[in-house]
Amino acid sequence: MNVTEWMPFIVLIPLIAGPICILLPGQRLPWLLAMLSAASALIIAGFTFAEVITNGTLRYAFGNWQPPIGIEYRVDAANAFVALLITGMASIMLAWGKPTVDVEIPERQSSFYALFLLAFAGLLGITLTGDIFNVFVFLEISSLATYALIAHGQDRRALVAAFRYLMMGTVGATFLLIGIGFLYIMTGTLNMMELAERLPALADSRATQVGLAFIVVGFSIKLALFPMHHWLPNAYTYAPSLVTAFLAATATKVALYVLLRFVFTVFAPDYSDAAMPLAIAFAVLAIAGMFAGSWIAIFQKNLKRLLAYSSVAQVGYMVLGASFVTVVGVTASFLHLFNHGLIKGALFMAAGIVFHQIGSARLEDMRGLGRVMPWTLTGFALAGLSLIGIPPTVGFVSKWYLISAAIDAGQTWIVVLILISSLLAVVYIAKLIELFWMQPRPADSPVVQEASPALLIPLWLMVFANFYFGIDTRLTVGGATAAAQAILGVPVGGLP
Amino acid sequence: MKRSTILVVVARFLIPLIMLFALYVQFHGEYSPGGGFQAGVLFAAAWILFVFIYGLETGLRVIPTRVIYALASLGVLLYAFIGLLGVVMGGRFLDFYPLLESPHAAQQAGIILVEFGVGITVATVVMLIFLMFAQRRAMTDAAERNE
Repeated sequence: MNVTEWMPFIVLIPLIAGPICILLPGQRLPWLLAMLSAASALIIAGFTFAEVITNGTLRYAFGNWQPPIGIEYRVDAANAFVALLITGMASIMLAWGKPTVDVEIPERQSSFYALFLLAFAGLLGITLTGDIFNVFVFLEISSLATYALIAHGQDRRALVAAFRYLMMGTVGATFLLIGIGFLYIMTGTLNMMELAERLPALADSRATQVGLAFIVVGFSIKLALFPMHHWLPNAYTYAPSLVTAFLAATATKVALYVLLRFVFTVFAPDYSDAAMPLAIAFAVLAIAGMFAGSWIAIFQKNLKRLLAYSSVAQVGYMVLGASFVTVVGVTASFLHLFNHGLIKGALFMAAGIVFHQIGSARLEDMRGLGRVMPWTLTGFALAGLSLIGIPPTVGFVSKWYLISAAIDAGQTWIVVLILISSLLAVVYIAKLIELFWMQPRPADSPVVQEASPALLIPLWLMVFANFYFGIDTRLTVGGATAAAQAILGVPVGGLP
Repeated sequence: MKRSTILVVVARFLIPLIMLFALYVQFHGEYSPGGGFQAGVLFAAAWILFVFIYGLETGLRVIPTRVIYALASLGVLLYAFIGLLGVVMGGRFLDFYPLLESPHAAQQAGIILVEFGVGITVATVVMLIFLMFAQRRAMTDAAERNE
């Protein structure tokens, strides 16, 4: 069978494994099933990515109902790149997270892993589909599963965090649905490619513009774009470690991808800019987010919360790249989407290991911990260097491309802002390193041991990836460039 | 709750009717208004009415919690299985044409089977939602009695 026939199974395998997982007893089998389905989805996503890069877009019509009647999966370099990131992250997180789940969720693990698989399948569905209503359906699948996953946190505040995310997420999804409704009324189709053909004729219509506005705001909430990020810090802080690491590495990335897909592919780039000053709005919000997120992160007293605010700032970098509306800018955006998945994945994994060993995420309990848990916290520090953007890490590659995109767009003053906000990241990472190594371990603190290799090996694999993709950038830069060309409709192997 | 004769008699009359109507909506769903979702909700409503009249314990003796959970996921799996059958027989996911010789019969059979899966899952999930609230109530009542 060829790759096109296998491609939808990236979504179908976890989607079908979810309900099977509920029926499995015990703790080992549900995890094993989740692990196997994530790994097989990763393998198919790898083949799909290779195929798309060499031979262009893949199309798969469900039930052999051709669009516009049926739902079509349409995979170009942009989808395949994001799908590769999600499946890769899910595989490594599941390989890592079993011991943390055993401690944090002692009972009913089968339903926990089933929810994880549904959230995973939902994110992949949003990524691969070429039908805008299907985007909404998968967004709801992944969101509902995510709310339940966050509520699994041990701390009772996890319930409030999940409820707040539920409220914000529902508002976002409703806005999206209203926007999709406007587009459907105006064009009579839900297929992305047909919309892209029909929308230019309706460019002056107020309803189309309102539809775009609703869609942009809806996704910005899911993306946690400043100032719509209020759900994110609490959700990341109180969720179980595995969920936090997985969400931080994937969920906002998918929202960013699909936002760009709508703004640049469904609506033409010049239209989105002409109808409303989207580029300026994105640039202003992104820069505000970069500074506000990093600034608030400096003063946090909880490790997971600090990293969550840092994520708000990093979302700013990704959106800033897209706001230039050039191939280089969108490439920087996709590159940072992938690289930030690696960086934050590694950081939250290290934070999860610390939480697993000392049972707390408060910074005051971590004084001098670097001497007791050298492997974990060295990994954390190296990933932290990647977050700041020190060569030869992926963070440096991201910032390099972002800065060249800014210079390319003739906006040199943005380069200064990027550098200043990176200095803020230096402040909070240096603060952590000082706390871990320079401060003495309090005499009355409980005895802590280094984590087991089962937790450390996947962490170090991620840290290694942070350096490997910082040196060998063929996959990331090549993939991101192809993704940017595909999403902007530049005819190079991407869209026909 | 005091058991009212009128309620019991009316319920005995209504519950089978509701179930029958649910099955009607289920199996005529492919060419008249209705389908798996509506049928599932109707069927679950019949069970909920049964629980209102005869109590939660009797209701759970009819269909134990574990069976409800199992059916909830088996319904989805039936849907997925029919979808995969299309792939195995040389078509695409949810492609019903390869299932039977005649294209009309194939589509009809496919839709009925898939909708049956939807019906099972919706019915049991509605039961589960009701069960969560009912059991929570029973738990808080028991806690109050102990105090």
